[in-house]
Amino acid sequence: MANYPPKLQEFLDDFEFITSREERVDFLIALADEFQPVPEAVASKPYDEANRVIGCESEAFVWAIDRSDGSVDFYFDVLNPQGLSAMAMSAILDQSCSGAPIEQVAAIDGEVVFTFFGRDISMGKGRGLAEIINAVVYQARRRLSQN
Amino acid sequence: MSDISSRGYSNADKLVSTEWVAAHLSDDNVRIIESNEDPLLYPSGHIPGAVEVDWVKDLNDPLRRDYLGKSGFESLAGRIGITPDTTVVFYGDKSNWWATYALWVFELFNHSNAKIMDGGRLKWVEEGRELTREAPSISPSSYSAPERDDSQIRAFRDGVLSHTQADGQLVDVRSPAEFSGEKLHMEGYPQEGAVRGGHIPGASNVPWSRAANEDGTFKNAAELRAIYQEEIGLNPAEPTIAYCRIGERSSHTWFVLTNLLGFGDVRNYDGSWTEWGNSVGLPIEK
Repeated sequence: MANYPPKLQEFLDDFEFITSREERVDFLIALADEFQPVPEAVASKPYDEANRVIGCESEAFVWAIDRSDGSVDFYFDVLNPQGLSAMAMSAILDQSCSGAPIEQVAAIDGEVVFTFFGRDISMGKGRGLAEIINAVVYQARRRLSQN
Repeated sequence: MSDISSRGYSNADKLVSTEWVAAHLSDDNVRIIESNEDPLLYPSGHIPGAVEVDWVKDLNDPLRRDYLGKSGFESLAGRIGITPDTTVVFYGDKSNWWATYALWVFELFNHSNAKIMDGGRLKWVEEGRELTREAPSISPSSYSAPERDDSQIRAFRDGVLSHTQADGQLVDVRSPAEFSGEKLHMEGYPQEGAVRGGHIPGASNVPWSRAANEDGTFKNAAELRAIYQEEIGLNPAEPTIAYCRIGERSSHTWFVLTNLLGFGDVRNYDGSWTEWGNSVGLPIEK
């Protein structure tokens, strides 16, 4: 089993137990409701295009701010007000990767998106959401390569 | 945006406003149907009484690249409680992109009493209208559907080849980068691409979203004519084929050309670039 951030592994374990589409959808909607957009102290609109998640149709943005202990705080925004799936994905990453050891964040496989959203999600949607994960992973790997 | 009836559409009856929908929520002869790309949207809150039609699970055959057949459509129609006489009104996210796709599939089964709610889900939400998470109480119906008719509004590969060899009108509704071949797929859809980049010979490029205003409503007829007739020179009297990547974006353009501009013969090529760009022996242009 991959060595993922403990909170992310907790999410994955919870979603592995889900058997019905309704339960999965309810869980994801509850997470989307918890989504907190990036605070103005970190970034304000119009956002720098460098922070845009390429390939996400819901116009997601990701920021990475270093902590003194070597870990990273991740922040997100989703400009499409109807981008609920992107908000849910961002909330999961926010709650599980901010402050986690960057080695663990760097190890995350974008394919975990299918554990959260199920295999019946359209390929396009799945890949767009995986790009949010990949944007976070990229930030962690970049820091590892600089160490 | 002005009243739908004043925008000069050839068949304004195919569009209804959010006000119209709000006034018909309790109309037994009207079924409101939400169709989205994002699977979380409908369960997160929908128009009271609206049912969901999912483009992946409900409209596509699970085992072959095709739409559902007669029995599948009858099951779907029965589940959402409609009869051939029911007025169905589609709405959804992304400027009704998926709603027009669902409407196009319904019309393959001759359910032509189908309309689009102008502005879609975004307009309804931005007007502060009611949404509910409550599942609608639907009495299943019995629906006797005809066999799916692919001959009028759907195009297939060989037909498109003949059409292009005869210099027929083709409109490619993908992004300019996809059209030019710079990209093999749409942003965010890397696995739904093709081995070659470019477009079908003779096609003109008008990205589908140019037909919509920022609030998701359709542009008026004069604005649409300026794009499709004056800018790229389409003749409404000539047969026209629209295509994109898998036929979803082009269903939006099919709706515009057919119902808002009154083109007489428009087909949606749902095989689109994922078929054409991957097919052996078919010509492309870059």
